[in-house]
Amino acid sequence: MTKLAYFPGCSLKDNAKRFEDAAFFVMETLGAPLEELETWNCCGTVYSLADDDLMHHIASVRNFIRTKEAGSEELVTLCAMCYNTLARVAGRVEAHADELEKINAFMDREEDYEGGIRIRHILQVLRDTIGWEALSETVVRPLDNLKIAAYYGCTLVRPQETGIDDMERPVVMADALAAVGAEPVTFPFEAECCGTYQIVDEPHLALEQSNRILRSARLAGADVVVTACPLCQHNLEQALIAPVGESEEIKSIQVVYFTELLAAALGADEATMSPVVREILSTSVTAEGGA
Amino acid sequence: MADEKLTQIYIMGKAYDVPVGVTIMDAMEYAGYRFIRGAGCRSGFCGACGTVYRKAGEYRLEFVLACQEMVEEGMHLTQLPFTPAPRSDYTLAELDPSENVLLQHYPEIARCVSCNTCTKACPQEIEVMDYIQAALRGDVAKVAELSFDCIACGLCAMRCPADIKHYHVGQMGRRLHGVADLATPEHLTARIAQLDGGAFDGEMETLASASLADLKAKYAERVIEKVQEPEVATEEVAT
Repeated sequence: MTKLAYFPGCSLKDNAKRFEDAAFFVMETLGAPLEELETWNCCGTVYSLADDDLMHHIASVRNFIRTKEAGSEELVTLCAMCYNTLARVAGRVEAHADELEKINAFMDREEDYEGGIRIRHILQVLRDTIGWEALSETVVRPLDNLKIAAYYGCTLVRPQETGIDDMERPVVMADALAAVGAEPVTFPFEAECCGTYQIVDEPHLALEQSNRILRSARLAGADVVVTACPLCQHNLEQALIAPVGESEEIKSIQVVYFTELLAAALGADEATMSPVVREILSTSVTAEGGA
Repeated sequence: MADEKLTQIYIMGKAYDVPVGVTIMDAMEYAGYRFIRGAGCRSGFCGACGTVYRKAGEYRLEFVLACQEMVEEGMHLTQLPFTPAPRSDYTLAELDPSENVLLQHYPEIARCVSCNTCTKACPQEIEVMDYIQAALRGDVAKVAELSFDCIACGLCAMRCPADIKHYHVGQMGRRLHGVADLATPEHLTARIAQLDGGAFDGEMETLASASLADLKAKYAERVIEKVQEPEVATEEVAT
C-alpha cells in the first residue's frame, strides 16, 4: 500500500504525542505508513459556523494546497477535532465555488486551491481500506479480557455530512478494538460532549460532564475508556484527577487513546508505551491468561 | 545636477523629485530628511529602516527596507522604523524546554488564523507564518531554522491581525534552540574567556578616555578589514 498523506495537528506534536506515536506504529505495521505533510498549519481549531466568516476557513484550505503539493488527493487525520474542521471546510468550499473564489482572491499572490481534496479519519482508513479482518490478522498481543468503552464525543460523528459513523450509535472505534481482541461495552454517553473548552473558563461544567461519561462507562463494565480526541482525553483525565460528586466508581477506570491499545495489540515495544497502557496490559489483559 | 534624471515619489504624502536609480533611503536624504533613527547599517542587515509603499494604481501595500529598495516613479511611501511590541521577560536558563514555553510567553500566537499576511510583509522573504505555526506546536528547532534570517524590522508584527509579535517569538525560539539543542561553539567559549581575562580592557579604556576630536580622527583613519576581491574574468568582446 502506498503512503498516506498525513495531517497531525498541533496537539499531536505537543501533549498528545503518544496518540500519534502509536498511530505511526500501527499504520507502519499494517503496511500503510503515514507520511506527514512537509509543511502544514493549524487546521483552524474550531469550524466557524458564521455564514460570512471565510477568514477562519483559510487555515484548512492552506493544508489542502499542501496536500496537493505532496501529490495526494487524500489527507488522513488522527485528531477528531482536526478531522471535523478539515472535513467541513473541504465540503464547504467544494459546494460553494463563490466562497472558494473569495478565499483564493484573499490569498492573492499564493497558489489557488482548486478543490478535490478528501479528508479521511484514520478509523475510516482502518475500516474501509484495511478492514477489520486484516487488522485482526496482524495481532500479536490480543487484548483478551479487556473491556473497553469507545468514547466518540462530538466531532467524529457530527454533523452527519462529515460524521464517520452513525451519529447516535457509532461502532467504528469499538469494532477496531474488537478486531484486536478487546471486548467493547455499550454505554449511553458514547457520543455526548466532554465539555470541551469549558475546561478553561468553567472547569466544573466540563468536569461534571466528563465525570458522567466515565461513571456510565464504568457502570457498563468497562476497564478502559478509549478516545480519539486530545481535548476529550484531557477532560476525561482531568475528571479522573478531580472527581466530583459520587465518583467512587470511576477511580478504577483508565483513559487512553484508541491508537495506544491498537499499537499494544500489534506488538509495540513496551518501552514505547505510556505508563497507563503498560498498567492496563499488566493488570487487565494478562490477568486471565492473556498474552 | 542639471542633467540628472529625476523621478517623482511621495514621502508621507508630499511629492518630491528624486534621482532615478537610488535607494529609498538615499532619496529621502536627497529630499532633505535627516535620519536620527530609522537608519542603521545601510546594508540590509540591521532592520532599522522598515518601509511601506504603494505605487499609483496598485491596491497592494509593499514592504521593504529603505536602504535596499530602489525608488520607482509614483511610489507613495513612509518609513515604519519602530514597532511597539514589548518583549516577554525571561531568563533562558530558568525555562523548561520540555514545555511549550513559546506559547506560554507569547500566548497570542494561538490567535493565528493562517492569513499569511506576516509572510507577505517580510522584506527578508522568511516563511513567517510557518514559524509561528511551528511555535504553536512547540517545534523550537523549526522556529529557529525558519526564522534564522530575521532582522527584527517588526513589519510582520505591525501587519498581523492577531497582534502576534512574530520576531520576538522567532528570537526566543532561536535562543531556546541554541541553549537546548546545539553544542556551545569552542571559539565562543575561548572568546568569552579572553574577555573575562581583560584582554581588551586596555584598548577600551584608551577609547573611553579619548577626546571627541581624537575619536573622530581615529574613526576617519580606521582600517577596515580587506575583503578578498574575487578574480574578475576579463570580458571577451566579440568583434
